[in-house]
Amino acid sequence: MRSFEYARPQTEAEAVALLNDHDSETTVLAGGTDLMNLLRRDLVGPKRVVDIKQVESMRGIRPIDDGVLIGALATLEDVASNPLTADYRSLLDVVDGTRAIQIQANGTIGGDLCHLPNCWYFRNGYGLLGYDNGESLVQAGDNRYHAILGNAGPAKFVSASRFAPAMIAWGARVRVIGPEPDAEEYLPLEYFYITPRLSSQGVTVLKPGQMISHLWLPSAGRKRSATYEVLQMEGLDWPLASASVSVEMDGDIVRDASIVLGHVAPTPWLSREAAKQAVGRPLNERSASEIGDLAVATATPLSNNAYKVQLARTAVKRALLKAVDKLEGGL
Amino acid sequence: MRDRKDQNESGSGFSRRDFLKGSSAAAAATAMATSATESPAQQSQSQGNVASAEARDVTLSINGQQHTLSLEPRVTLLDALRNDLNLTGAKDVCDTTTCGACTVLIDGKATYACARFAVECEGAEIQTVESLRNGSEVDEVIEGFVEHDAMQCGFCTPGFVMATRAFLNENPNASLEDIQKGLGGNICRCGTYHGITQCALQIAQKGGACSWLNERLVGDLVAKTA
Repeated sequence: MRSFEYARPQTEAEAVALLNDHDSETTVLAGGTDLMNLLRRDLVGPKRVVDIKQVESMRGIRPIDDGVLIGALATLEDVASNPLTADYRSLLDVVDGTRAIQIQANGTIGGDLCHLPNCWYFRNGYGLLGYDNGESLVQAGDNRYHAILGNAGPAKFVSASRFAPAMIAWGARVRVIGPEPDAEEYLPLEYFYITPRLSSQGVTVLKPGQMISHLWLPSAGRKRSATYEVLQMEGLDWPLASASVSVEMDGDIVRDASIVLGHVAPTPWLSREAAKQAVGRPLNERSASEIGDLAVATATPLSNNAYKVQLARTAVKRALLKAVDKLEGGL
Repeated sequence: MRDRKDQNESGSGFSRRDFLKGSSAAAAATAMATSATESPAQQSQSQGNVASAEARDVTLSINGQQHTLSLEPRVTLLDALRNDLNLTGAKDVCDTTTCGACTVLIDGKATYACARFAVECEGAEIQTVESLRNGSEVDEVIEGFVEHDAMQCGFCTPGFVMATRAFLNENPNASLEDIQKGLGGNICRCGTYHGITQCALQIAQKGGACSWLNERLVGDLVAKTA
């Protein structure tokens, strides 16, 4: 690990200022579960690490006009235990699937949303796109955990965030601060993620010197939600595929729906076609299955990951049934 | 990995481990020379909330005792514990925040010591597995591990014990399913999960009461074992 300065700001303004020194060759440290690994492998080499854990305004969860404001520093445990987030079941499902008290106690929402891909080519130094000598290592190599959707371009990794699909399905907005001292913007979370076409690009719209400070969720109202993660192991693991849904029911009939897949594409994958198909229908084994089919209809699996199409299809189906308490049995 | 070897020499503590690695002094000197030539600008900066990349005094509260070490910001808590304080209970295994062998409690929360820099932990109360023993008396989680034959090679055991302790502190009446989910952040390659979960379940069924050892941090123990 290369050496770096260590900064510990107390306020958002101070954090932004510290991030913008050194030509923004800086990085944000919160729970450390991702950054430490990036630093250890020299995948990032900042001149300064800005530890934001003391920034009080970015902690905790509080009510705000017509919704809930979650601080970027809120931990998974905070989300699971706060009564304000109790109605957002799809978020609680994600915490439940993260089977490690160490991650639940220390991992933050902001850190999850900014988590870099777990693609093994990226983690071993071949860049986000996994290219070597102008050739895609992913395309020709072991791509069993890679994208099955949105993978026509050079980016074939899958988005790592576990919470983003659930939050996008809820219509969340992310508050981004910096790089100017007072700059702030609220961005729909679905527009926060990008699919890079060049190795110099990142996975989000964040510019150097910017960071996430909060996440806004609209009031849960009568909406119901669920996340279904397909996990290979019983312990701490990344999902092979996941689906998060938010639905508004009118009796037995779906009035409005949002369906977002995770870990299947370089970004969280919003399936508007599948959601449209759900509206006006009851949710049962058959309809949920058809909606699942539609969600993966455009999938283009790589050489080793066709199995993920079925996993994603099933995740959508089971998330829908779970949201209306019709999911029976275990796995 | 060479970087980590360099790091090992960053602290001020003198220990058996340092002694055994007598040849590494040269490596440390090289590392210091390199950083001095690479980042002259960083040396001068140490104002307000910014600490320079150079080693400085860091005071850690571990098992109830204060320790002041000279550490660079890049030294992880795990390396500081093992290499500077000779508290080798927390194990360095995966080094990718995955396996749980380095689990310690920071302000009561189970934490991967490899996912924290030592400088981050100033002002926090750190509890390592060494605090669960006082003379011949040990915490009931350790007793439970022995009773349920919850180890084979034993390398994951200290981390598992700390994770179990933290989990039971917060979930005194946990069910078997709760335990399996809660302890998912620790990996045992020998596959002793059954014994570990049975140990945790038995303590939970007794009400998960914190043992006296866990409640009070055993400070003088560190002095004895260091």
